[in-house]
Amino acid sequence: MLYDLLIDPFVEFDFMRRALVGAAALALSGGPVGVFLMLRRMSLTGDAMAHAILPGAAVGFLLYGLSLPAMTIGGLAAGFAVALAAGLVARTTALKEDAALAAFYLISLALGVTLVSLRGSNVDLLHVLFGTVLALDDATLLLVAGIATVTLAALAVLYRPLVLECVDPGFLRSVSRAGAVAHLAFLALVVINLVGGFHALGTLLAVGMMMLPAASARFWSGDITVMIGVSTLVGMLSGAAGLILSYHTGLPAGPSIILVAGGAYIASLFVGPVDGLLWRLVPGRHLEA
Amino acid sequence: MTDAARTSDAIRFENLTLGYDRHPAVHHLDGALASGSLTAVVGPNGAGKSTLLKGIVGALPPLSGHIRLSLGTPRGAKARIAYLPQAADIDRSFPITVYDLVCVGLWSRAGLFGGIGRKDRVRIEEALAAVGLTGFEKRTIGTLSGGQMQRALFARLLLQDADIILLDEPFTAIDARTTADLLALVRRWHDEGRTVVAVLHDMEMVRQAFPRTLLLAREPVAWGETDEVLTAENLLRARHLVEAFDTHAPICARDAA
Repeated sequence: MLYDLLIDPFVEFDFMRRALVGAAALALSGGPVGVFLMLRRMSLTGDAMAHAILPGAAVGFLLYGLSLPAMTIGGLAAGFAVALAAGLVARTTALKEDAALAAFYLISLALGVTLVSLRGSNVDLLHVLFGTVLALDDATLLLVAGIATVTLAALAVLYRPLVLECVDPGFLRSVSRAGAVAHLAFLALVVINLVGGFHALGTLLAVGMMMLPAASARFWSGDITVMIGVSTLVGMLSGAAGLILSYHTGLPAGPSIILVAGGAYIASLFVGPVDGLLWRLVPGRHLEA
Repeated sequence: MTDAARTSDAIRFENLTLGYDRHPAVHHLDGALASGSLTAVVGPNGAGKSTLLKGIVGALPPLSGHIRLSLGTPRGAKARIAYLPQAADIDRSFPITVYDLVCVGLWSRAGLFGGIGRKDRVRIEEALAAVGLTGFEKRTIGTLSGGQMQRALFARLLLQDADIILLDEPFTAIDARTTADLLALVRRWHDEGRTVVAVLHDMEMVRQAFPRTLLLAREPVAWGETDEVLTAENLLRARHLVEAFDTHAPICARDAA
């Protein structure tokens, strides 16, 4: 019974196994990246950059149809361009980075949807916006897994300046120039992860695999290392559970995964031991010291 | 000034003007801080005290003039500067422990990838003990009070082992006992021959603990032995010198003259 429910779909169908591997790879790198996005108060930046990838991918789609390299390269180019442009505008004008990003991503989203509609059908548009996690081919899986590998290696190298840049950027600036480099490298990691996620979950939901597990993890621990672990775990479990849910109920797979992750977030919000809402109802008596 | 005296300068200002949007906050400052000196920088709000420290750290490039560092540090190479900003922009909600926050003071030694060895751990323990934070190692920084946070930041300064230490209003909103403890550390740095510059508002403390004083009011009003600088006449002059920020100020003609 439980076997039929949980294991059989993956044993039976190749596309389910591929989807599971893809989701696991996304969670592996999305988990830590999401935690850093959250701790750096850049959660919405991630969202904005996800939208920004759309026109790049759309240009690739316009020129070559649903081709993996074309859409990947287009997405990367657009993502980096918007990240750099927003950073530049924020640094050289009075506009803050969040406003700059919002402006760029709104333009990007409108441009992207227009471009896809120029040539493709509504099905193509849905494909780009919400991904095709159930149709991952070898090349896409390799891309997603490769991105996860690069991300984890890069985060290991960047860990110290990245943490310090969040806690005390002024201090980091006074002892080292690594802060700006770490920030740019981190933005690059966000972009490549969003591009990886976009093939499976689409441009609109790719960021969900980063932010929802990370936001959930915040309620389970006050320690960064544990938070990253929890975040990755939540991502992976959401991937598996979302696929099973979609298999049995016929719901679209990508949104199912993100919905399960959303459920994990809401559950954490209430029962998480660190500042969970339910714990406020039973505050416990105050201590002696 | 003789050449011998010049080589023992830790920091030299040469016709230095620092400011924002071309408006000077420190105007035509000339002079030097001797190596190993303990100097208080005083002056009214808006006198350019914090700006001067930012300039020394290199966070603010001069509008004109130069800041020259460590013409004669015993260690030869570039002097190491430790800087404690006025309101350190520390994210207190970030989940990091006191121990981890303090141990980044070893950055100049450990850098991006270096490990923290057993010797370093001993130094970290000593630094925490010196500021009276033993037992706080595992606490996250969000749980510290203002005074405890300042103690932790001083522990980090201790570990930085810098030749030049810049403190921007280190005792503002800090209680008397914490101030006394931290002031003892400042004296210890002085005794160890480090160059210490502190921006302060408490004239009583300056008179008691700081041998030299720079009275700044955008322009240097007086600079030298504390007793000679902190006269009623000088302080009054400083108060009058800091005028309102003039949006339409003309270009300063002093350099051309």
